[in-house]
Amino acid sequence: MASDLEVTTDRAQRLAGGGWQAVAVHWLRKYRRVWVSTLITSSLSPLLYLAGMGIGLGMLVDRGAGGVGGVPYVVFVAPGLLAASTLQVAAGETTFSVLGSIKWTPIYHGMLATPLRVRDVVLGQLVYVLLRVTSAAIVFFVIAAALGTVRSWWGLLAVPVSVLGGMAFASCCFAYSANLRNDQGIMLMFRFVVMPMSLFSGTFFPIEQLPGWLQPVAWVTPLWHAVEACRALVLGTATVGGVLVHCAYLAVWLVGGYLLSVRVLRGRMVV
Amino acid sequence: MAVLERISRVPAGAGMARMLVERNYRSSRRTWSIIVSGFFEPVFFLFAMGVGIGALVGDVATGDGRLVPYVVFVAPALLAASAMNGAIFDSTTNVFFKLKYARLYDSVLSTPLGPRDIAVGEISWALLRGVVYSGAFLAVAVAAGAVTTWTAVLAVPAASLIGWAFASVGMATTTYMRTWSDFEYVQLAILPMFLFSATFFPLSTYPPVLQWVVQATPLYHGVAMVRDLMLDEVGAGMLVHVGYLVGMGLLGTAWTALRIERLLLR
Amino acid sequence: MPLSPSEPLIRARGLVKTFGDFTAVDGIDVDVHPGESFGFLGPNGAGKSSTMRMIGCVSPPTGGSLRILGMDPGTQGPAIRARLGVVPQRDSLDEELTVEENIWVYGRYFGLPRPVVRERAAELLEFAQLSERARSVVEPLSGGMKRRLTIARALVNTPQILLLDEPTTGLDPQARHVLWDRLFRLKREGVTLVLTTHYMDEAEQLCDRLVVMDHGRIVAEGSPRALIAEHSTREVLELRFDTHDHTAHLADVDGIADRVEVLPDRLLLYTPDGESAQSEIARRGIEPLSSLVRRSTLEDVFLHLTGRTLVD
Repeated sequence: MASDLEVTTDRAQRLAGGGWQAVAVHWLRKYRRVWVSTLITSSLSPLLYLAGMGIGLGMLVDRGAGGVGGVPYVVFVAPGLLAASTLQVAAGETTFSVLGSIKWTPIYHGMLATPLRVRDVVLGQLVYVLLRVTSAAIVFFVIAAALGTVRSWWGLLAVPVSVLGGMAFASCCFAYSANLRNDQGIMLMFRFVVMPMSLFSGTFFPIEQLPGWLQPVAWVTPLWHAVEACRALVLGTATVGGVLVHCAYLAVWLVGGYLLSVRVLRGRMVV
Repeated sequence: MAVLERISRVPAGAGMARMLVERNYRSSRRTWSIIVSGFFEPVFFLFAMGVGIGALVGDVATGDGRLVPYVVFVAPALLAASAMNGAIFDSTTNVFFKLKYARLYDSVLSTPLGPRDIAVGEISWALLRGVVYSGAFLAVAVAAGAVTTWTAVLAVPAASLIGWAFASVGMATTTYMRTWSDFEYVQLAILPMFLFSATFFPLSTYPPVLQWVVQATPLYHGVAMVRDLMLDEVGAGMLVHVGYLVGMGLLGTAWTALRIERLLLR
Repeated sequence: MPLSPSEPLIRARGLVKTFGDFTAVDGIDVDVHPGESFGFLGPNGAGKSSTMRMIGCVSPPTGGSLRILGMDPGTQGPAIRARLGVVPQRDSLDEELTVEENIWVYGRYFGLPRPVVRERAAELLEFAQLSERARSVVEPLSGGMKRRLTIARALVNTPQILLLDEPTTGLDPQARHVLWDRLFRLKREGVTLVLTTHYMDEAEQLCDRLVVMDHGRIVAEGSPRALIAEHSTREVLELRFDTHDHTAHLADVDGIADRVEVLPDRLLLYTPDGESAQSEIARRGIEPLSSLVRRSTLEDVFLHLTGRTLVD
């Protein structure tokens, strides 16, 4: 009997140490039931934007201004859409499901009643989001490349960079959502942060066209850095230093958001 | 005809749909921030199109062959599209919550109100919100210099017609939904319309075959109607646009009442 | 059509409700008279809720006839519902509104003018002991409070009949007693109560008359006391043994009681005199783990009529 007990405690301790895998598996299992509809929308909507904005509107832009920065509009807009849509998927996965797991279905309560720790809960879910976001980014990138919008082999790196941008924002979304009382705050965040950021971070047009006072705001957003790095990589104009600076900035958001999420969730769950 | 007869047999209720509108107004006072925020989405788009894309595109030819700045061309489309988006949001997500989780309609049906009251009440509410949004958007568009003629005022009732058409069909569709993830398919229907109903670039940009497809969608008629009004190019085509959307609204309302009866009065 | 004084408020004859192949209500006859407190007692799935929904005019009967307040639910649904109060099995309070707004808005569904609704709400919140929570939102209220609010809301139109589907299911004992007290007051004021329950104590507390339902049929009808007198003995001796199968002990108690029922965890001995049955057990040298004498309840009536227990 004694040895059995020792084995179980030992196992529990090991699970606690690496318990985030169990959390990630939990979310993946849930995802398995809806993956068809979500993968369709998360890949189709940016592709529809690429067709509508890049190709359709692109005809007007190319006729009017002869493209943007020397390339056809669709080539300009594709990396922007890659970064923006990755960020939107990431935000979508760390808002309703986080608040919902606290408020509507007490999933976190259940997880924390086991040897799992708060940081396992946060890390596990973010790892799931990472997988989810990476798959969406790959699908979009492959189709965008097939349409001839990728001009350099360096462009392949745009996938991890866009994922980094998405995760940088997602980790902050997690902290924000874990602090909410009701879902109104989520709607407001999408309308006043995600939507304007997607429109004004150099995704659809260069931020130089924004009024002067708005440009510094764009520099602060994680999306602008992701868009700039992705675009430079795809067009083959990237410099190692430039990409590294953008990635470092995004990494700061990612780590900061993660630490904040653990703190906020602990404050909410461990009382 | 069998369908018409079936619809006429849906229990009407007490004809007090306005009480449901009153209920929604009361509950909206606690969610005013969401309601106000809905107004900003088209404004952000208008700003992006005006300062960003507009500068790249330059002038665009209208249906009558006039050249107008891009922002003037795109503003009516954004108005029409936001009427659609607002109506769809209200009549799908909000109604689904009330139907499945809050069980609002179960308690409404135990009063003198009937399924037809619920359909008319909810759709009227979506429509009312649409009127407020489009009025506010129009004011912003005027301030941004995207409005050139007084007939633009008529864009507000036109937007409410669009709201009615989409809210009624949206609510009917919602009665078939089982889980939240089913709403991904609603987005799948809405997004292509938003992008390809001659919203951001003229119909003439499309290959001839696709032009037919575009012209079959309801948002195309909404956009064309509002654009004709805001560019003062009203012609006989207006009758087609209005007829299409009125037909859609009537059909959707009757369909919704029928479905509410099926679901809740069994 | 005015209701003649002799006519019952609710009259059902051969009432049937089917869902596809499943028959939920299988030809029942019911009369509910003014001022009466009438109950449907039965286990889950007996057809009680389906019957209540038909009476509430939100579910068209498949067969038979049903008249409520002298009217036909099929054609005069809104007119009937205007005079009913409905307390559904699951609270369907409007969580987007405050406590008092729930009553206001609900009153407006009946077409009551705003000043009337406000006045009624103040009275009803007093009645439901919720005046202090009037401006609170609904969500944080306790189960008992929500239930009382649902009842207050159902009374906003001063209904002639109050329909209560499982009024106290899921409430703690104290909350149940508070609720029963409120329902007693309504009864004294002459409101006709129609309720379903699968708790025999609730039926005994609240019902003047009740029907026992099982598999969509009525298996017995009468006042709680009359039903016990007719279908059970005065007392019951409950015996528990240290065994997996109580059937094994049937032979030991043979001849002691009028009737014996075997439950998974005990034997029930039906007898007019429990004490003497207990002494007989001791005399025979039988040693149960526990032995208890109690009065017969509606639970025993149901067990006798259907061979099953009410709460499973």
